[in-house]
Amino acid sequence: VSTHAAAGDRRVPGGTTLARLRRGAIPYLLGLPAGAWLAIFFVVPLGAVLSLSLMTGNTIDGFTLTWNFGVYPDVIDTYSTQFGRSFLYGGLSTAIALVAMYPVAYWIAFRGGRHKSTFLFLILLPFFVSFVIRILTWQFILADQGIVLGTLKDAGLLPESLHVLSTPTAVVAGLTYDALPFMALPIYVALERLDRAHVEAAADLYASPWQRFFKVILPLSAPGVYAGILLVFITNVGDYVSAAILGGPSTTMIGNIIQTQYVGNANYPVASALALILMATLLIAMFLYARAFGARSIQEYV
Amino acid sequence: MGIDQALVRGLTESRFSRRSLMRGALAAGAGAGLAGALAACGVAGTRGTGAPASFDWKAWWAEQRKAGVLDWANWPLYIDTSHGEHPSIDLFTKRTGITVNYRPVIQDNASFFAQISPVLQSEQGIGYDLVVISDGWELTQLIKNRWLIPLDHARLPNFRAHAGRIALDLPFDPKNRYTVTWQAGITGIAYDPRRTGREIRSVKDLFDPAFKGKVGMMVDNTEIGSVGMLALGIDPAKSTPADWRRAADLLTRQRDDGIVRQYYDQSYIKALEDGDTWISQAWSGDVFVANYSGFPHLKFIVPEEGGMLWHDNCMIPLHASHPVDALEWINFYYRPPIQAMIEDWVNYICPVPAAQDLVRTKLDDPSVANSPLIFPTEAIMRRLRDYYDFKGVDDHEEWTSIFDPIIQS
Repeated sequence: VSTHAAAGDRRVPGGTTLARLRRGAIPYLLGLPAGAWLAIFFVVPLGAVLSLSLMTGNTIDGFTLTWNFGVYPDVIDTYSTQFGRSFLYGGLSTAIALVAMYPVAYWIAFRGGRHKSTFLFLILLPFFVSFVIRILTWQFILADQGIVLGTLKDAGLLPESLHVLSTPTAVVAGLTYDALPFMALPIYVALERLDRAHVEAAADLYASPWQRFFKVILPLSAPGVYAGILLVFITNVGDYVSAAILGGPSTTMIGNIIQTQYVGNANYPVASALALILMATLLIAMFLYARAFGARSIQEYV
Repeated sequence: MGIDQALVRGLTESRFSRRSLMRGALAAGAGAGLAGALAACGVAGTRGTGAPASFDWKAWWAEQRKAGVLDWANWPLYIDTSHGEHPSIDLFTKRTGITVNYRPVIQDNASFFAQISPVLQSEQGIGYDLVVISDGWELTQLIKNRWLIPLDHARLPNFRAHAGRIALDLPFDPKNRYTVTWQAGITGIAYDPRRTGREIRSVKDLFDPAFKGKVGMMVDNTEIGSVGMLALGIDPAKSTPADWRRAADLLTRQRDDGIVRQYYDQSYIKALEDGDTWISQAWSGDVFVANYSGFPHLKFIVPEEGGMLWHDNCMIPLHASHPVDALEWINFYYRPPIQAMIEDWVNYICPVPAAQDLVRTKLDDPSVANSPLIFPTEAIMRRLRDYYDFKGVDDHEEWTSIFDPIIQS
C-alpha cells in the first residue's frame, strides 16, 4: 500500500498532500455509514451486555462490574438442559421444515406455471397476522377438547387422555409452522434460478428422473437450502413464544429463561451471560456448518 | 541554514502505511473505549432515590391543593364500563369537577414496575397520580425505596368509615400508610366436577395422581410456592427458607410424576373451560365471570388448608402532580353506593361490606350480592392466608432461586 501511494505520488504531478489524504480516506468514508451502524447497533450493545454479564449486585444497590467470570460456568451448569433442548428443538424443526418445504418450493418453481406468484403469496399470507396470534390460534385448534382432538376423541379414534398441547411435539410443531415460509422462499429462489438446460442435458445423457434430481437439481439448489437452514435454525433456537404458549412443564427453552431472568427477576448478569452464550454457541455452530458445507455456496446464492 | 536532508527525510518519511496506522488507531481507540466503557459503567441502584426518611409529609400535604385533574393507571377490565364510558368516573367528575384520565395500561406487576422504576430512579414523576399494584415483590420495592407518598388519612373519611376488615391492617402495609385496597381476591382451586367426578376440598387434590396430566398450576412463583406450603400445612406468611425447600421438593415431585399439565398465566381459565385441565389453581373473580359466560358448571373453592388472599392496591407514586385529586377519588370510591356500582361489574372481593345490601336492593343483582367470592362469609375469611412478605433483595432472590426451577425445567 505504501509503495503504491508513493508511486502515485511521483506519477501524478499535481498530487498534493491533501489530495493524497483524501484519496486514501475514501474507502473509509464510504465504509463509514456501515461501520457506524455496526458500532452503534451491534458493538456497543454487545459490549454493554458483556459488561452486564460480569457485574454483581441487585436492583436496589445497583450492579457493579466485578469481573465475575464465574457466572458463565454457573449458568451453563444450571441451564445445560434448556440449552440442549433449544438446539434439539431448533434442529428438529429446521429438518422437518426442510423436508416439508423442499417439495413445495420445487413444485412452485417447476410446475407453478403462470400462477407462481399467487402460490408464493399464499405461502406468505399467514404472515400478515401477528406471530403471537397465530401461535395462540394453534393453542385453540390443538386444545384437548378442541375441534381436532375433541372430534377424534368423540369418534373413539383417540384415547380420552391424549393431549398434544404442553408436549415437546406441540413446541416443535409451533416452531416448524413458523419456519415454513423462511425455508420455502430461499429454496424457491435457488430452484427458480437453476438453468433448465442442465436438467435437459442430464436427460439427454440418459439420467433417470431420480438421478436428474439427486445429481443435478439438488446440488444446484444447495445454496437455497443452506440459506433456509441458516435462517430457520438461528431464529428457532432462540425462540421463546412457541414454548411459552404451546409448551408444558418440561419444554422450557433458553429464550424463556432469558426472558424470566431479565423481566421477572431483574437478574441482568445471568440473563446477559445466557444471551451471550447462546450467541457464541450459534456462531460456532454456524462456523462449523459453513466449514462442512462450504461458505462458497451461500455467497453464490447471494 | 543547513538542515540535514537525512533528518528531514527521517521526520517526513512514513514508517507505517496510512492504512495500517489508521487500523491500529481505530483498534486501539475501540479497545480503549470498550475497556473504559466496561469499567466505568455499572448499573445504578435504586437506593437513595426515594423520599428522605425524615421528610415532613404532614407539612407537605398541608400545602397541596386540588388541581382538577387525575391521571390514573389501572388494569384492563377493572372498573365499571358501559358503552366505553365508566359511569362511576363520570359521576366523580360531575360531583368534584375533577377530570379523570383513566388509562388501563397495567398488564402485570413485573412489566409495569420495569417501566416505571427507571423513571422513579431518575427522581421524576411517572405521569400518573394513582396506580394500582398487587401486593408482592414490586410493591415491597416501591415501599422500601420510599417511592410512594404516604396517604393523608385526614382526607379519607370514607375509608375510615366503610373499609371492611379485608382492607385493613395488611401485613405488607400496616395501618394503610401507603396503600388502600382497590379490590381483593382469593387464589384457590377451580375444578370441573363433571371431569373430576368428585368434590374437591383440599389443596392435596392438586397433587392427586388420579388427575395425572390434568392439573393446572400457576406460573407465578409466589402462587406456586404458597400453595406448596399450604399442602404441607405451613402458613406461607410465617414460612422460612427451609419450608420453601420442602415445598419445592413436593412441587418438583408433582411435576416429575406428570401430574402437572402446565404452569399457566391468566390462560389457566381457558384451559379449564376447554377441558385441558380438570382442576387448577385459580383466582376467584375469573371463575365467577366464567360461571356467567357459558361455563356454569365450573366450581371455585377455598381449600380447607387455606386460600391465599391478595390485594390490588391504590397508591400515589412519588413526584405525582395531582395528589389531592387522587385522594379525592379514593375517598369517593369508598362510598358504599360507588362501591356497589363498580363491584357489580368487577366481581372480585369488595373492600366495603356495606355495598352488599346496595347491590342486592338498589341494583337488584342477587347473584353478585350473595356470592361468597365477592362478599366473603366469616367461614371463608377464617381460611384466608397472607403471602410471605419479602424482607429484602436476598430474601426474594432465595425464593425465586428455589421456585423458578420448578416452573422452568
